[in-house]
Amino acid sequence: MDKKEALINYCLRLGDTSLILGQRMAEWCSNGPILEEDIAMTNLALDLIGQARTMLTYAGELEGNGRSEDDLAYGREEREYYNTLLSERPNGHFGETISRNFLHDAYLYHLYAALKNSKDEMIAAHAAKSLKEVTYHLRHSSEWMVRLGDGTEESHNKVQQAINDLWEYTGDLFEMNEVDNLLINEGIAVDMNTVKQAWDNTVNEVLTRAAIQRPEDAYMHSGRLNAVHSEYLGHIIAEMQFLHRAYPDATW
Amino acid sequence: MVNQRFSTEQVWDFLSEIPDPEIPVITIIELGVVRDVALTEKKAIITITPTYTGCPAMKLFEDEIIKKLNNEGIDEVDIKMVYSPAWTTDWMSDEAKEKLRQYGIAPPVDGTADKGVLFEAGPRIVQCPRCRSNHTTLKSQFGSTACKALYTCDDCLEPFEYFKCI
Repeated sequence: MDKKEALINYCLRLGDTSLILGQRMAEWCSNGPILEEDIAMTNLALDLIGQARTMLTYAGELEGNGRSEDDLAYGREEREYYNTLLSERPNGHFGETISRNFLHDAYLYHLYAALKNSKDEMIAAHAAKSLKEVTYHLRHSSEWMVRLGDGTEESHNKVQQAINDLWEYTGDLFEMNEVDNLLINEGIAVDMNTVKQAWDNTVNEVLTRAAIQRPEDAYMHSGRLNAVHSEYLGHIIAEMQFLHRAYPDATW
Repeated sequence: MVNQRFSTEQVWDFLSEIPDPEIPVITIIELGVVRDVALTEKKAIITITPTYTGCPAMKLFEDEIIKKLNNEGIDEVDIKMVYSPAWTTDWMSDEAKEKLRQYGIAPPVDGTADKGVLFEAGPRIVQCPRCRSNHTTLKSQFGSTACKALYTCDDCLEPFEYFKCI
C-alpha cells in the first residue's frame, strides 16, 4: 500500500461514516417526536451528507479515475463501505437515536479537532469546517442525554438500555491498521488512542450528568477497517441507492 | 478580453447585487461567501466558500453568480470552491446584521463561534428582533435552515429565528 491508496481509504472512512449516519438521520424526516426535533434531525442529516460530499469528492479526485461523489455513494457495494459500525445501528426509538448519536458525535468531535492540524490541506480544511457543525450536533445530543437519562424512570431506563446495547460497537471506532500507521507517519492521520482518551472524558462527563452508568468494556465488534458490516448496512444502501440504480442517468 | 473589459472592482460590484436566495435582504457579498475574484483573458474565476457543508443554497449561489455575470457580458465563469478558512459569522458586517434584525432574524451575537462545547457554554442572551426584549428562550438549536436556531420572545411572545454563531 502506498500513501495515495492509504489516503483514499482514509477519506472513504470519513466520507462513508458521515454518509451513513446522515442517511440514518434522514430516516427521521417527518417521523420526529415533535416538530422541532424533526427539523433538528433533518438538519443533522444535511450537515452530515454535506460532510460526506466533501470527502467522497476528494477521494474520487485522488483516485483519478473520474469517479464522482455520486459514483462513490451510489455505485459501491456493501463490502466497499468503510463507515463505522456504530453509524449503521438502527434508529430505534428516539432515546436510542440520541444515545447512538451522542457516542458518535463525541467521536467525530474529537476526531475532527485532531485532524484540524493534518498535514493534508484538504483534510485539515474539512476537519476545521466540520468541527464547527459537529459542535452543535454534540451539544444537541448531550443535552438530550441529560434530559432523558436524568428524566423519568422510563426515559432513564430506556437510555441506559440503549447505551448498554450500543457499547459493543464503540471499540470499532478507534481501531487502526496499516493505513493509519502510514498516514500518522506522514502527519496526515491521527493516533486514535489520543482520540479515544478525549472521547472517554466527554462520554464520562455527559453520562455522569445524565445519571447513566458507563458500561464495562466487554466483547467489542470489529469490521470498519475491513469493510465488514452488520446486517443493517445492506438495507440502508439498498434504499439509498435504489433511485440511482433504477435510473442511472437521473439528474436533479 | 475579460480582464481588459472589466476590472475586478466592477465584478465585485456586480456580485454585490446578488441577494442571498434564502434571506434576500442581505447580499452574498455581505454574507461573506465570495472569497476572491480573478479575471483572465477569457473568463472570470470566482472563489466561494460554503456557509455549512450541506447548505442547499450553495448550488443556487453558483447559479446566480453565473447568471449575473453572463448578463453583464462575461460569458465564461468558473466557480472555485474553497474550504479554508472555514466560513464564520464574524465576516458579517454590522450593516448586514442590522438588515437581518429589521427582517425579523436575530443576528449572530458577538464574536466567533459559541464558546465552550457542552454545558459550560451557558445560555446566551439573544435579543428579540421585534420588541428588543432580552427575555427570550431557545426552543431548538436547529431551524428552517442550517444556519439558524429557533427562539421565542417571553415578552412579546413572538417566535423568531436566530442566525447562530459559527
